[in-house]
Amino acid sequence: MSNILKISLSPHSHSPETTRKLMFGVVIALLPALLTSVFYFGYGAIIVTSVSVASCLLFEYLIQRFVLRKPVSITDGSALVTGLLLAFNVPSNLPVFIVIIGSFVSIAIAKMTFGGLGNNPFNPALVGRVFMLISFPVQMTSWPVPGGFGTGYTDAITGATPLAIIKEGIKNGESLSQLVTQIPTPAQMFLGKMGGSLGEVAAVALLIGFIYLLVRKIITWHVPVSVIGSVAVFTAILWLINPEKYASPMFHILAGGVLLGAIFMATDYVTSPMNHRSQIIYGCGIGILTVIIRVWGAYPEGVSFAILIMNAFVPLMNAYIKPRRFGEEVKNG
Amino acid sequence: MSSTVIITVACLSLIAFLAAVILYFVAQKFKVFEDPRIDDVQAILPAANCGGCGFAGCRNLAEALVKAETFEGLTCPVGGASVMDQVAKILGKEPPVVEPKVAVLRCNGSPEFRARTSIYEGVPDCRIAHNLFQGETDCSYGCFGLGDCVRACAFEAIYISTETGLPVISDEKCVSCGACVKACPRKLIELRKKAKKDRKIYVACSNCDKGGPARRACKVACIACLKCQKVCEFDAIKIENNLAYIDATKCTFCRKCVTECPTGSILEINFPPRKPKVEVQAETVNA
Amino acid sequence: MLKTFPIGGVHPPENKLTAGSKIQKLDIPATVAIPISQHIGAPATVSVNKGDSVKAGQVIATSKGFVSVNIHSSVSGKVNKVDTLIDTSGYKQTAIFIDTQGDEWLETIDRTDELKTEIKLSSEEIIKKCQESGIVGLGGATFPSHVKLTVPAGKKCDVLIINGVECEPYLTSDHRLMLEHGKEVLVGISILMKALKVNRALIGIENNKSDAIEHLKTLAASFQGIEIWPLKVKYPQGAEKQLIKALTNREVPSGRLPIDVNTVVHNIGTAFAVYEAVQKNKPLFERVVTITGKSLPKPGNYIVRIGTPVNKLIEAAGGLPENTGKIISGGPMMGKALINTDVPVVKGTSGIILVPQDEAGRSESQVCIRCAKCIAVCPMGLEPYLLMSLSQKDLFEKAEKERITDCMECGSCSYTCPAGRPLLDFIRLGKSTVIRMSRERVVK
Repeated sequence: MSNILKISLSPHSHSPETTRKLMFGVVIALLPALLTSVFYFGYGAIIVTSVSVASCLLFEYLIQRFVLRKPVSITDGSALVTGLLLAFNVPSNLPVFIVIIGSFVSIAIAKMTFGGLGNNPFNPALVGRVFMLISFPVQMTSWPVPGGFGTGYTDAITGATPLAIIKEGIKNGESLSQLVTQIPTPAQMFLGKMGGSLGEVAAVALLIGFIYLLVRKIITWHVPVSVIGSVAVFTAILWLINPEKYASPMFHILAGGVLLGAIFMATDYVTSPMNHRSQIIYGCGIGILTVIIRVWGAYPEGVSFAILIMNAFVPLMNAYIKPRRFGEEVKNG
Repeated sequence: MSSTVIITVACLSLIAFLAAVILYFVAQKFKVFEDPRIDDVQAILPAANCGGCGFAGCRNLAEALVKAETFEGLTCPVGGASVMDQVAKILGKEPPVVEPKVAVLRCNGSPEFRARTSIYEGVPDCRIAHNLFQGETDCSYGCFGLGDCVRACAFEAIYISTETGLPVISDEKCVSCGACVKACPRKLIELRKKAKKDRKIYVACSNCDKGGPARRACKVACIACLKCQKVCEFDAIKIENNLAYIDATKCTFCRKCVTECPTGSILEINFPPRKPKVEVQAETVNA
Repeated sequence: MLKTFPIGGVHPPENKLTAGSKIQKLDIPATVAIPISQHIGAPATVSVNKGDSVKAGQVIATSKGFVSVNIHSSVSGKVNKVDTLIDTSGYKQTAIFIDTQGDEWLETIDRTDELKTEIKLSSEEIIKKCQESGIVGLGGATFPSHVKLTVPAGKKCDVLIINGVECEPYLTSDHRLMLEHGKEVLVGISILMKALKVNRALIGIENNKSDAIEHLKTLAASFQGIEIWPLKVKYPQGAEKQLIKALTNREVPSGRLPIDVNTVVHNIGTAFAVYEAVQKNKPLFERVVTITGKSLPKPGNYIVRIGTPVNKLIEAAGGLPENTGKIISGGPMMGKALINTDVPVVKGTSGIILVPQDEAGRSESQVCIRCAKCIAVCPMGLEPYLLMSLSQKDLFEKAEKERITDCMECGSCSYTCPAGRPLLDFIRLGKSTVIRMSRERVVK
């Protein structure tokens, strides 16, 4: 009986979940989309993704090691996720130097200046993406056409995304029934056979990832469903008013980055609200802003901006929107 | 083209003017009168915002000082007499008599004296540990060594010694603000009157158990044997609750109690080494 | 759809290793140490002196005030001393040490196994009997039962809720009681119903104890007004407010008691103790304790005399394994870690769990990634991450506004936090500080 016992406060057991496991769960959920993009865009997708991931990890390491002089925590997987998401948000033929600049902005400016993991107000990958979009608008909007696995990196044939086709067409006074021949069919869009950022094209792969995240309980349904739902409802209203001028909800959800944004970007732990009530408000905000930017804004795509704008409201929502407390309102039944 | 410019400039000027007018009236309406002396007093205070005076920060003390009739109960323990003299000069009042004090830890239970009986595996926070259990040793009064006092000290005067696991308080840096006294959940830190050359004699124990259990828990515990009380010629030592206490205002630093204490729980600090009288005599006898 | 409570909750691994082991009697130890404070409320006053001979069941400390109960000797023998020892609270407490001689019980106690179903006492007599017999909530909270049975003026109780949930992992003492003493438990519930003057009692049992549910369902057919409700397995369903919500859909308002929604909750173990006290005249001086742990050779359920040191129980279960790093009294989610193995079994000890060295430590606390899992699992709808940071920064007024006092310390937040943050440690600190502050306000 000479054991010296350990004393601590309850609970004395802990769930097996750790930050690292959650982050690697997200990575696994991103794999189907990565594989499909390699399938459609070829080497470019591999090069852009690996450069983005490697440079994100490197910048995080360098900053923690030499600037902050804190313990290095690149193994927690958060920089890996940022790197993957950054790559998913750019065209697969983006020059390497731009990818590296984007990674630097993501990690150094959007994440580390605010204190690293857990403290950044804006989604790092999206900050990097928007920075690149504004700084290198030409490169960031020349989308390679899906050419199969053999597609080269820099010599890919480029074309417009379905969203851009619609936007240009409407601007030039064409009606949707005329434009419909230029855009891919819903089935093609669902499988990802269209121009776009390398990770956003294949709806089916993103949905597989979504199901995995839900089953592993890494995220809850609230944010993705409210984003997609509000996009669907808002565009459906517009579509019913004038189907010749406004595209169908199906098109809006499948084209562009709504699914990628709703499932992987808006659900980013650090920059999304803390309780289910505000998560739904946040999700609806993103959906509505996305549609507003797409339909009336200057850019054909608005998911990134919508998420960043809503990110800014998160601290406010955390402070003022509280979860339903037990015993809050008396309901006797 | 030029009309566009003129209209723009005119509009903007008008808006600017209107805004200025509104701002002026708002500023008038919400103006708060503050005694300018508060700023003067605050400028003198050390700006540590340590809370040692009992107020949330130096500004609050300054307000109280300006408002107060006398300085009764109002003092800046950090700045001490010099600061209070200056404050008194500004406000035209009598400066209070400030007695310099220094913090001491009333526990000496390093691992060599107190055997470990359990291991604390929680957050390094004394208050949490105090709520949980009596401590890693059998003494339920002693220091946890988890450093709440270190975190409370705004003057970096305390650190936890790696050898003893107990906090060490620097006489030079301690300004006797009392933050550590409030922070310690076991009330082990006491502010004592400062003496010449930082000399100190105090009972480094807070164990209120009876002699037996106290001794078993810690080799340097006060066992309330009353010896020190008897030997003290100045009536400076009181024993209450199985624990001796030396009144710093009565103590004359004669050091008799220190040699008398059988467990060595009374510490003498910053004294010159004693002449080894006893040993010398013993040797002469042997010789 | 099985019933359960609506918000939050976690699913820790059940590890009910002893669900199949019959309740055995533990040998009476040579000495017992009976603490005089085994319940919430005022400690009892010692009423024996050193050298007195006592019998099992004899009062050795009398209740002081309304929220207090008698303490009884659990063995026959001589009072050796009244001294202090460390109990489950982690601090030294006054206890009565008794050297055992034989096993003589008070003559008034019926030592037979015969089932007595006829309830002779009136409502008031039952309540009085509970206080005299030292009955407290045996689920672990140890709140004196007679206080809960006394419905305050102006309030009424229309349904009695019996907690057979046992949602803590590892523990099986209530489960075994329901299986082996189902009839006695049901008579005990009838007694509680009579005391409260209600004609309906709901027993909530989690669905992982299907044998107990079936067994009680068959037995309950011959008892008026007792219903058995299987519940979905989810921690912390055994918490009073959560259980009431699950069974009746009534929500106890913040800061109020179950009686405010016309319910009273008692535990299975308490019902059994009430049966013994009222029908057999036997005060509470022994209880069923689960001794378990993955490293233990022979985990089991034992009837243990109050005051038995934990090491006797461990010996009976095969001895203390070399690699034991932590011993928990109670369940792994809410139990207290013991300082040594001399700590006595008390009325609130529902189980003793031995944790091996490699599982006893805590993982290092990392930064909060704001994953919001703590909010999702909090059964009270609080924001643990926020309460922790407020407590850390000493912002107790704000924490009070965020309803830190609603926290019942179930530990779901700390259990689930992927960053391994000690949420509950700081919330407890904040909660106790807030409670102290509000008491001081009342005094002023």
